Amino acid sequence: MTTTTPPALLTPPTRPTGPETRAARVRRRLNNPVATGISIVIAVIWTIPTFGLFVSSFRPEDEIKTTGWWTAFTDPQFTLQNYQEVLFGRSSSSGQLAGYFINSMVITIPSVLFPLAFAALAAYALSWINFRGRDWIYIGIFALQIVPLQMALVPLLSFFSEGASVFGIPLTPAWNLEDEGKFIQVWFAHTCFALPCAVFLLHNFVSQLPKDLMEAARVDGASHPKIFRSIVLPLIVPALAAFGIFQFLWVWNDLLVALIFAGGGNETAPLTVRLAELAGTRANEWQRLTSGAFISIVVPLIVFLSLQRYFVRGLLAGGVKG
Amino acid sequence: MEFSDEAPKLMMLLYGLVAFAVVVGGLLVLLDVVPAWFARRREAALLAAASAGAVRTGAAPPSRRRSVANRREGGLGLFFLLPTLLLLVVGLIVPAVRTTLLSFMDGNSRNWVGLKNYTWMFAQDEIFSVLTNTLIWVILVPLVATAVGLVYAVLVDRARFESAAKALIFMPMAISFVGASIIWKFVYAYRSGEYAQIGLLNHVWKMLGGEPQQWLSNPPLNTLLLIVIMIWIQAGFAMVVLSAAIKAIPAEIIEAARLDGVSPWQMFWQITMPSIRSALIVVVVTVSIATLKVFDIVRTTTNGNYDTGVIANEMYNQAFRFGQTGQGSALAVFLFVLVIPIVIYQVRNLRKQREV
Repeated sequence: MTTTTPPALLTPPTRPTGPETRAARVRRRLNNPVATGISIVIAVIWTIPTFGLFVSSFRPEDEIKTTGWWTAFTDPQFTLQNYQEVLFGRSSSSGQLAGYFINSMVITIPSVLFPLAFAALAAYALSWINFRGRDWIYIGIFALQIVPLQMALVPLLSFFSEGASVFGIPLTPAWNLEDEGKFIQVWFAHTCFALPCAVFLLHNFVSQLPKDLMEAARVDGASHPKIFRSIVLPLIVPALAAFGIFQFLWVWNDLLVALIFAGGGNETAPLTVRLAELAGTRANEWQRLTSGAFISIVVPLIVFLSLQRYFVRGLLAGGVKG
Repeated sequence: MEFSDEAPKLMMLLYGLVAFAVVVGGLLVLLDVVPAWFARRREAALLAAASAGAVRTGAAPPSRRRSVANRREGGLGLFFLLPTLLLLVVGLIVPAVRTTLLSFMDGNSRNWVGLKNYTWMFAQDEIFSVLTNTLIWVILVPLVATAVGLVYAVLVDRARFESAAKALIFMPMAISFVGASIIWKFVYAYRSGEYAQIGLLNHVWKMLGGEPQQWLSNPPLNTLLLIVIMIWIQAGFAMVVLSAAIKAIPAEIIEAARLDGVSPWQMFWQITMPSIRSALIVVVVTVSIATLKVFDIVRTTTNGNYDTGVIANEMYNQAFRFGQTGQGSALAVFLFVLVIPIVIYQVRNLRKQREV
């Protein structure tokens, strides 16, 4: 498909335009204030809500609750009090987000690493090891992408809490995870749900590696594990990065899986769960909601802005082919 | 924050990382050592066979060796695939089958009730409105998000601040649905008429002469306002994919059209649109599927109250809050059934494209 290999995304295109066409282009632009106007309007509408939240999070509680954030420009009063309170406040109503922030970290890091490693192994096997039924396994994994994770939630939760059994014969015991142990459930669930897409994305990439390279390595007597470690892994770093960012954003921003498998307690629940709870029970405590929301946004935003190029590449590989 | 509270979590993280190193490292070592051992044994066996077989016949060993090599590759491939297949079976395939079975059972998953859970979905007024809401979401979000993304991609294409302009629209993609919901809840915030408004929408509404509204409690408008949040998030995705497609249109075609003197309008409808058709379909399909599964936005803003529920949210409520496993499972299965035709459409479309 033509769209899968776009020229350097989000960078100014380097088209071979001479001075004449460039002048023509400038004239065309100037002739078209409507286009510029519309694009500016869209950009402003898209930015203002986030901007309003950001400004509000630095305003004193009384100000947030009584005046609109736009008045901050005529009557500037700013404070870091909201952040101090929502992160480290002692009372149970204050948010105590610092602990939840750590929970988010603890949930996210293994939930990115596990599917990445397993999918890379699987993608290699599906592209370069010859065995019967390989294509069928690939098609099966590919098809699993369309199963909504809602289909797996109820049985997977009972698998953790009651164990698995067939016709009353127990196969695995209940996991009986308490408190911090629940992280394992969340890692497990996120890894399972990520695998179909991860295998698909990485397979796209791994199977495109030059065949000659693989054959040369085989002829030299390298075993598959050796080829995987010393040839394939270094070459697929961009794809790993793309999927890694993808999965990082997905896990960090997820609410549903965390709500079910991590529960609501402050031992394991991530930021999203806590924020959703605050938005429900303390809907008018805007000083906490605005600063809290910003705390949850800031990490993915940094990841996204610094690694945007990889992210977009991953998006195009997955979205456009998918 | 007490460090003593956080220490067990960090220990868990450490355990997780150690487990990762052990599992992945162990797997790689295993893959290295085991085949090497087999190879040595096979070599020894071949040597023995060769020295014995040299007396009788020289023809048999080559064919046998090939079959041995094939079998070894098969076992090795399965080893590479082992963690993935195991997790997919335990975490996705078996649960999906079980959910399907549960959807034909009652709330306690004890008795079979046939199609009762499915007829319940359409008979109950509340659930029926959940289904209609989902329909509105699935129609509006892909259409508007794709349209906005397309218009913006065309407008900023080759403009001076293109990359910055695109980053602004694309940024909501990095924000969690929960974060986005809070951002917009703040825009929709309400205070009664005599006070100064803190929500932007009510402020503008008041300036235009309206009476401040509790936007999120008034159906059917509130569903539309929640849809705005989803559009806000998804337009960036549409814009990036479509912009890449627009840039991939061969420059010669555009030059040729320009030489023929087409207007920008004709250029858009006759050159751009046909060239990016496949990317458009992909965007609409992807956004539709994401919209079908939308849960976080509804949960964070209204929790499905005031007539704003959607399937994924209702599924969660039925299965995990009301303990109605059967009805929740039926809703999950229904969600799955709704996804299938969209995917089939896309697969057929892709195949048609390959043939051309």
